[in-house]
Amino acid sequence: MTRVIPMLIFFVLCNTGGELAMSYGMKKVGEPQSFRPMALLRFVWVAVRNQWLWVAIPLLAASFYSLLILFSWAPVSVVIPASASNYIVGTVGAKYLLKEEISFKRWMGVVLVCLGVTLVLLTGRI
Amino acid sequence: MSHEHRLRFKTLVMVLLMVVCANTGDLMLARGMKQIGTVVISVPGLQQALWMTIQNASIWIGILFLVGFTFCYMTAVSWADYSFVMPAGAFGYAVQTGLAIMVFHEGVSAQRWIGVALICAGVLLVGQTKPNTTNIGVLPS
Repeated sequence: MTRVIPMLIFFVLCNTGGELAMSYGMKKVGEPQSFRPMALLRFVWVAVRNQWLWVAIPLLAASFYSLLILFSWAPVSVVIPASASNYIVGTVGAKYLLKEEISFKRWMGVVLVCLGVTLVLLTGRI
Repeated sequence: MSHEHRLRFKTLVMVLLMVVCANTGDLMLARGMKQIGTVVISVPGLQQALWMTIQNASIWIGILFLVGFTFCYMTAVSWADYSFVMPAGAFGYAVQTGLAIMVFHEGVSAQRWIGVALICAGVLLVGQTKPNTTNIGVLPS
């Protein structure tokens, strides 16, 4: 357990950090002007030149590999609830880092989703 | 249609596309890997698996759908809150359960049904909140 807990924290931080960085970067990029092919290509081109996307990609890759390592170290019943906690940690990150307003209703929704995902994933059919 | 309704509508459409792309991509990858068979962990085994993966149409279709998922996710968070898109994306687990019953004729346990019900209730609650609570386009570059 001494190596599992630090790896779990590392996984959750990398996953949440990567998604928050991508969200922040995409807010800077802005939404596509239209859904015509040229406008979408321009949107992708601007997105790949955004530094926050390149912060997000290694963090998400690190979270993916740390999850694989966790599955080889710890029982699924430990890893799955920890991975579902991403929803809670991500919402806290969105509140304090992205300055999103998290209403009581949204908090309740996130908690229900977190519990639901834990139950679904523990059934073993992912 | 008001600005907020339009924003909510297009975000939910994008989340739905995300869910469809992610599920279809995963199914196609699973189908492709089943066609390839068990991968032997050795240098020649991995080389052979890589070669077969490159030649497998299902794998390429799966990758295409997962690229589509990434694009939809990036587009959705370009206008909507991360804390709105992320939990809404969990609706995919409900879709997977539907697919497990309708396509693969699998039995679904009570525990999974409760999980799906909780996810749907959570997504419904999140879906009723404002999709964007920050100012789009005014972040410093």
